[in-house]
Amino acid sequence: MPVEIDIDHVARLARLELTDRERERLREQLAAILDHAANVGEVATADVEPTAYAIPRSNVLRPDEPRPSLPVEEVLANAPEREDDRFRVPRIVEVE
Amino acid sequence: MTGLSDRTATELGQRLRAGEISSAEIAEACLERIEAIDDRVKAFLARTDEVARDQARATDSRLATGPAPAVAGIPIALKDVLSTRGVRTTCGSKILESYVPPYDCTAWDRLSADGGVLLGKTNCDEFAMGSSNENSAFGPVHNPWNLEMVPGGSSGGSAAAVAAGEAVWALGTDTGGSVRQPASLCGVVGLKPTYGLISRYGLIAFASSLDTVGTFTRSVRDAALLLSSIASKDPMDATSLDTARRDYTDGLEDGIAGLRFGVVREAFGEGVEPGVRASVQAAVDRLDGLGASVGEVSLPHTDYALSAYYLIAPSEASSNLARYDGVRYGLRVEGGDSVEMMTRTRGAGFGPEVKRRIMLGTYALSAGYYEAYYGQAQKVRTLIIRDYEAAFGDYDVLVSPTSPTTAFPIGAKIDDPLAMYLNDVFTIPANLSGMPAISIPSGLDEQGLPVGLQLTTPVLQEDRLLRAAFVLEAAIGFDARPSLLDELAA
Repeated sequence: MPVEIDIDHVARLARLELTDRERERLREQLAAILDHAANVGEVATADVEPTAYAIPRSNVLRPDEPRPSLPVEEVLANAPEREDDRFRVPRIVEVE
Repeated sequence: MTGLSDRTATELGQRLRAGEISSAEIAEACLERIEAIDDRVKAFLARTDEVARDQARATDSRLATGPAPAVAGIPIALKDVLSTRGVRTTCGSKILESYVPPYDCTAWDRLSADGGVLLGKTNCDEFAMGSSNENSAFGPVHNPWNLEMVPGGSSGGSAAAVAAGEAVWALGTDTGGSVRQPASLCGVVGLKPTYGLISRYGLIAFASSLDTVGTFTRSVRDAALLLSSIASKDPMDATSLDTARRDYTDGLEDGIAGLRFGVVREAFGEGVEPGVRASVQAAVDRLDGLGASVGEVSLPHTDYALSAYYLIAPSEASSNLARYDGVRYGLRVEGGDSVEMMTRTRGAGFGPEVKRRIMLGTYALSAGYYEAYYGQAQKVRTLIIRDYEAAFGDYDVLVSPTSPTTAFPIGAKIDDPLAMYLNDVFTIPANLSGMPAISIPSGLDEQGLPVGLQLTTPVLQEDRLLRAAFVLEAAIGFDARPSLLDELAA
């Protein structure tokens, strides 16, 4: 059965504005890719453990020593908009 | 035309140390070549001529007063996903068109401490997503062997720069084959070491469980040399392995007597061009005479590796690329509130392939689909690793073509994502399993385009990998070069 994707829902989750043409193309292309990729289900049986990292590492620690942070001016020089030493963004909270 | 910029780093290093040439001369030779041909190759997104001249001069002073590291004074190009402090780093994307990193990636940090000379930043597929370099927001790279052809991707600029004598060597990144495949298509050596051997700190993330820094060089010995400078434990990358800095040229010439080579059966089937098959087979046929044994081996889950990769990599990408929200760096498109601003910024800033993968990954991780796609893909990853474990029970080194095809025309596959993804079918398994792999040129096809042969060894067996590649490289004796360079001489 061909995969039916709710493109608008996925785009909303991804915070991605798409044109109508992009929506149409993505609907077709993602369906084709997923149709092919779904074959992972043929061999991934319940007894196979998943692998997240090929070379697993856990509890990697480094000494907790103070060191300089990134230079604030160089960091803020990349900001689309700043106010003093902060990033400035449009309104986040709804106003009554 | 052949000059200093066409030589190996090994040879240049010897001549530098003998006082026959200066680092400044090598840097000038590279800059001249870039000036002469890069308007046609388009390997570079940013040039750092003055940085290169300053660093070359500094290294010349260092060489004059005492010993210097083996990589000192050799000019390099860095893929534009590797952060360089004060030098614009775009990832081939509109969304980072004006981004200037406030810090260096560890790989460049180590190399510059060793006397590295930075020529500039190389073009690549946007956020390293692609196999042809056509997904760069700043236009495609042209293959020096035939300017109508793609150089491969995603590190196409780095591969082309080394092939065209614009840089002596280069760094790229390999998430599903992005060093080995362009190395194959451009006729140079491409090494993807074990996952975690080279720090990823400052490598702008695509798929974190797969991303690996890799090298482009003119010889296997050069690859060993470059690796020796940049590979070791880094506290800034939690996935970096506990390995000490060492000299990977040690034992390079120990030969391959007694080594068992397994030729991967699945990598010679349909979809592989006859010219590729013939060239790799001819190289395999030489192994007997070199004291090695050769057999055939099966990696039965090869077909599923591609599917697993195209679920895992986009899933990780959709998460990693969430950081491009118009707040801290890069493009911002204004909107009424923050969410609208972010949504518009991302819509305007990302190109088609990146959007495709963000959408694919977001879908594969979304409620109701996670288990069917991402969960199953992770299980296939286990099966791929088991395939390798079984194969390495009987063999020491695996052999296959690097890519099913040689370079293809610009525009030929760009509208067919599935066809494009098939370029990575033989390179992806080493990323899923974390194993080191190398592509070396094995010859030319009937169109005069380079063919690449891939060797793979188990995790952290870089010594064996390089030793095998070194012997095969000498036996093959690949000495062709892009006709573009002869045109320049005429």
